[in-house]
Amino acid sequence: MQIVVNGEPRDVAATTLAAMLDELGYGGARLATALDGDFVPAGRRDAARLAEGCAVEILAPRQGG
Amino acid sequence: MRLYDVEIASRLLLGTAQYPSPDVLADAVRASGTGLVTVSLRRESAGQRAGQSFWSLIQDLGVRVLPNTAGCHSAREAVTTAQMAREVFGTDWIKLEVIGEQDTLAPDVFGLVEAARILSEDGFRVFPYTTEDLVAAERLLRAGCRVLMPWGAPIGSGRGLNNPFGLRAMRAHFPGVPLVVDAGIGLPSHAAAAMELGYDAVLLNSAVSQSGDPVAMAAAFRLAVEAGHAARLADPMEPRDMASPSTPVLGQAVL
Repeated sequence: MQIVVNGEPRDVAATTLAAMLDELGYGGARLATALDGDFVPAGRRDAARLAEGCAVEILAPRQGG
Repeated sequence: MRLYDVEIASRLLLGTAQYPSPDVLADAVRASGTGLVTVSLRRESAGQRAGQSFWSLIQDLGVRVLPNTAGCHSAREAVTTAQMAREVFGTDWIKLEVIGEQDTLAPDVFGLVEAARILSEDGFRVFPYTTEDLVAAERLLRAGCRVLMPWGAPIGSGRGLNNPFGLRAMRAHFPGVPLVVDAGIGLPSHAAAAMELGYDAVLLNSAVSQSGDPVAMAAAFRLAVEAGHAARLADPMEPRDMASPSTPVLGQAVL
C-alpha cells in the first residue's frame, strides 16, 4: 500500500508501524514515531495498523537551540 | 542552581545547533562549563541516520539534555513533539516553544499556556519559552510551570535585552521562581546584564555557534555569566543622575 513517511510517498508491504520500520531499515535506531499526527509509543508500534494514505513521522535526536 | 529539584552546576545553558562541526560543538560545550544543553527532534532518514551519531556525541559529553519543541505553531503539535521527545531522550524535561509569529518567532502565549497545562498534568517538567508579560507568566505558573524563560530578544537576533525594564519587573514580581533569559543574547555583556538583573541563568545558542571562534566564545560566556551572577550577589550600587566625587573633597589643597 502507499503511505507517506516523513513527507515522502512510499510503497510498503508492512501493515503495522513496527513492521514498516524494519522494512524501511530503521531497525535498532533511537527514534520516536507518530501516526496521522498522534504519538505512537515504541511499545504500541506492533498494534498500530497502517492504512492506505496514512502519514507516518519518524523522528530522531538532532541539534537544537 | 536548582531547576525542578535538580541541581544544575552552571548558570549557562547552551544550544547545540549551527556549529561548524560536531568537534567544535563538543569543544564549545566543554569550554562553556554548561551542564544542560538543548536538543531537538527532526525527521530521520534510514540511510543517513544522522540522529544516531548526534545522540552518541551528546551522550559522550555527559551533560543533561533539555529537548525543545522548536518549530511548533500549535499546542497540539507541541504536545505531540514533547511526548515523542520524552521517549527518545528519556527525560520529562521539555523546553516548550509554541511559535505565534514568523518574523519575530514570538511565543504564542495562549497556545503556550494550553500546552503547558496538558504537559504538566502528564508529568512533564515544563520550561516555557515566553515573553516578559506578567499575566502570561502568572498563567504559566498556574498551569504547572516551575521555571519561566522570557526572551531577551527574538531568537537568533543577537540584540540582547530588548526590554530590561520588563525583565526587571518580572524578576521583582516572581522572586522565588527560577527565571532564565532565553533567546536574543548576542554578546557576553548581554548575558552578564541578565545575570545582574537577578536572573538565575541564561540560555543561548547562536551567540556561540555563529561566532568566529565558538570555543573561545563559549569560554567568554562562561566568565560573563559567572561575573554577572557574582555582581548580583554583591548588591550593585544605585545609579544616580549627577556626579558624586569619589576622591575625598576634604583636605584638598587650595592652589
